Amino acid sequence: MTINDLAQACCWKLLAGEDGIDNLVDGCYVGDLLSWVMGRAQSGNVWLTVMGNLNAIAVAALADTSGIVLCEDAALDQDAKKRADMQGIPVFSCPENLYQTAIKVYEQL
Amino acid sequence: MRELSLNVMDIAQNSISAGASLITVTVEEDLGGDTLSISISDNGRGMTPEQVEHVTDPFFTTRTTRSVGLGVPLFKMEAEMTGGSFGIQSELGVGTTTWAVFKPSSVDMIPLGDINDTISMLVLCNPDLDFVFQRKLVTHQGEQREFALKTTELREALGGDVPLNAPDVTLWIKEYLTENTAELSGIQPEG
Repeated sequence: MTINDLAQACCWKLLAGEDGIDNLVDGCYVGDLLSWVMGRAQSGNVWLTVMGNLNAIAVAALADTSGIVLCEDAALDQDAKKRADMQGIPVFSCPENLYQTAIKVYEQL
Repeated sequence: MRELSLNVMDIAQNSISAGASLITVTVEEDLGGDTLSISISDNGRGMTPEQVEHVTDPFFTTRTTRSVGLGVPLFKMEAEMTGGSFGIQSELGVGTTTWAVFKPSSVDMIPLGDINDTISMLVLCNPDLDFVFQRKLVTHQGEQREFALKTTELREALGGDVPLNAPDVTLWIKEYLTENTAELSGIQPEG
């Protein structure tokens, strides 16, 4: 399914990177230590995290994830938002924690 | 990175890519002052002020052919997350110094990891380059302890016929670092 369909089903709010909302999702990765995620998140994963900085956008770009979901309404930095828009990396937010969000993703995939 | 020593490895690789012939790594702990400082200094080709300005931007670095990547941005972020600081100073044709100060008591502190292994690996994999590794410790009582590994001295002692990546030399470096680290922390080495 597309990350847009997933976002609608999970009631996530789009913060940035609208150009990438048709990216396909076929898995999920959860993590906050960026260097750890960088070597482990797979292409096509939706990445659940609380890290909304520029480095997180770079990790998403390198790992080719479908998009980022900032759980527990974690903030997206201004420069990170700008770069996510430029790169077309969709970034969403939601109030639920990582666990609750992962369950929602599991139910949809 | 999950260990700061991996950051050191990554940044030293930048120095090697920049054509450095001498790389100095300094790790300084101040137990009373609650700081851990790491610096990597090289005599490589250096960077322009514009490159320095952008070196902490992961996109600038991943888009150019320079092999910098996310190493520097993450090193900076990890230091700042502990309430510490980061800096980089570079001059074309002279070299680059990258440093970060960490606050070890912070909940976001990442462990130093096996820095001795990182240094041994750097020497083993780059036997033609020279490395200086300095380890300093200021105890709670303000006592200063330090030791250093200098490959130029090692090269001189070996007389030029034995390369720095010879198995016996690698073993000696590892033991030297282990023993001196133990002595620095006031622990008697095992065995």
